[in-house]
Amino acid sequence: MANKLSIGRLLVYAALALVAVYYLLPLYVMLTTSFKTLDDIRQGNLLSLPQAWNGGAWAKAWASACTGIECGGMKGFFWNSVKMTVPAVLISTMFGAVNGYVVSMWRFRGSDVLFTMLLVGCFIPFQVVLLPMAQLLGYLGIANTTTGLVLVHVIYGTAFTTLFFRNFYVTVPDELVKAGRIDGAGFWTIFFRILLPVSGPIFVVCIIWQFTQIWNDFLFGVVFAAGESQPITVALNNLVNTSTGVKEYNVDMASAIIAALPTLFVYMVAGRYFVRGLTAGAVKG
Amino acid sequence: MASLSIDNVCKTYNNGTDVLKGIDIAIDDGQFLILVGPSGCGKSTLLNMIAGLDDISSGDIRIGERRVNDLSPKDRDIAMVFQSYALYPSMSVRQNISFGLEIRKQPKAEIDATVNRVAEMLQITHLLDRKPSQLSGGQRQRVAMGRALARNPSIFLFDEPLSNLDAKLRVEMRTEIKLMHQRLKSTIVYVTHDQIEAMTLGDRIAVMKDGIVQQFGSPQDIYDNPANLFVAGFIGSPSMNFIPATVVESGGQLGVKVCDDHGCVVLPLPHDKAKLAQWVGKDVIFGIRPEQITDARTAHREGLPQMDCHVKVIEPTGPDTLIFVTLNDTKVCCRAHPTEAKRPGDAMQLVFDVSKAVLFDPKTEMRIA
Repeated sequence: MANKLSIGRLLVYAALALVAVYYLLPLYVMLTTSFKTLDDIRQGNLLSLPQAWNGGAWAKAWASACTGIECGGMKGFFWNSVKMTVPAVLISTMFGAVNGYVVSMWRFRGSDVLFTMLLVGCFIPFQVVLLPMAQLLGYLGIANTTTGLVLVHVIYGTAFTTLFFRNFYVTVPDELVKAGRIDGAGFWTIFFRILLPVSGPIFVVCIIWQFTQIWNDFLFGVVFAAGESQPITVALNNLVNTSTGVKEYNVDMASAIIAALPTLFVYMVAGRYFVRGLTAGAVKG
Repeated sequence: MASLSIDNVCKTYNNGTDVLKGIDIAIDDGQFLILVGPSGCGKSTLLNMIAGLDDISSGDIRIGERRVNDLSPKDRDIAMVFQSYALYPSMSVRQNISFGLEIRKQPKAEIDATVNRVAEMLQITHLLDRKPSQLSGGQRQRVAMGRALARNPSIFLFDEPLSNLDAKLRVEMRTEIKLMHQRLKSTIVYVTHDQIEAMTLGDRIAVMKDGIVQQFGSPQDIYDNPANLFVAGFIGSPSMNFIPATVVESGGQLGVKVCDDHGCVVLPLPHDKAKLAQWVGKDVIFGIRPEQITDARTAHREGLPQMDCHVKVIEPTGPDTLIFVTLNDTKVCCRAHPTEAKRPGDAMQLVFDVSKAVLFDPKTEMRIA
């Protein structure tokens, strides 16, 4: 019996290892390639380790690779993305928190309808809003700016963040709000002093989700930002598609990793809270 | 402290459901009012309306001399203890108790003094720096009460505060709440679905069903003189026996005839004969509590009607044994002394004390006599 079980176990582990290798292989190839020289890439095999670890491609990707006619590397676009993502994530998360608080704890006539309409926002494909959004940004005079992109992402993200917070707050007993009201606390006091302190898990979920979505977004970036204000995803695309003679795979790989690094970092730091937040229903107390 | 009066209060939801249909209740300063009824009877809604957490569709609620219909909860001078305790999870016990005082901008020294006084009274001083999640159910219950006490309101509102506790703790906390009431002489409105809590705690009980107060009175009055079949069945455990029977006249006296498979007996009715005259020959529901059908030793009175009955089931509870027999094809519960109880299948002599028996109209379910 024990023997049988261990064979079963072995099969499971083998399958898991296989899948892990399958998923990690591209990352491995990217990493090793980014540290190879161009000669090394041409001579060696895709899976071989670099003959000498060389950080040149990384330096070039960061500071001097060409994206179209500009040759300033990913550096500027990386900060563009940071300047776009951080405010967009924070603002949409705060909006979501307040919206979720209202539709779960301060139901009013039509609040369910409002919430349903917000939900529909989650299902509207990006492409549908491109033209009207471009027009709106034009009217507001923030077309082709990072501010414009922040606005677009806040509008789009609020539907999701509201859903997250609403679903979290419906698991919090509404007697907490009643107790607060009887104690004399108002709308904002209850929100900041009673509910926000227990909202940690859902904040983590929301921030990871929004950060990944906004950082990785390509379509809005390519449509609503031009030249100087482009986010890194668009720059990466331009870099890979810019060919001046030789195709520099090592620089492409390094650039791609640079573009993916922040989301990786957020997952590593907050990943376990992500799972915890998704599964944490009840607030004990 | 203040009196409370509820005048013709109604609650209709937007979708047209009537939850409360004209509630009239008034209690004096310092009285303990119980709102009791099955779930969905509107008792919690009524409590929320007293608290100001729910709007009043029509009618008036007065606390003391003040009409509070349009006041927000914080201006009504009330404090509430919730079923889930609703302790603020991120705050320590001390902060939980002081939160309402801070919001009201009381001076720091005064708040500290109040928190310490309340904590001492409830014996939770050693818990003051803990978080609610580190407390047991009973301790949370105390903190919730402490939070209410600290505010020193005119009226305390309790929303099923004991229903989340285990049976033993529930009985202990029940006594403590009663003790607190006796000491503070505070006005309390207490919602429960548990009729034992209602009987043991209340000065006044309002038995509610379907948004209507079925009966409002003192516990003993409601127990002895239920206004209708619902109240009679709801209050008392085990509940009152309802035996379908016919009113008969024998020897110049009115009575009801009850039979089991051994034979029949006519139980004389103690009520006013003139009042019952129109019911002779008609079907009624004869209500008699389990303790009024017992063994001869427990009854220790001569001359009561008695009958040998076939025992179906016995349930020893310790102090008494419950004996189930079948009278007029209805299961009837009797309360007997443990040593007098016979075994299932045997015949047992049961004595009927009809002095407190009641009669109901089977159609309207209202009390006849």
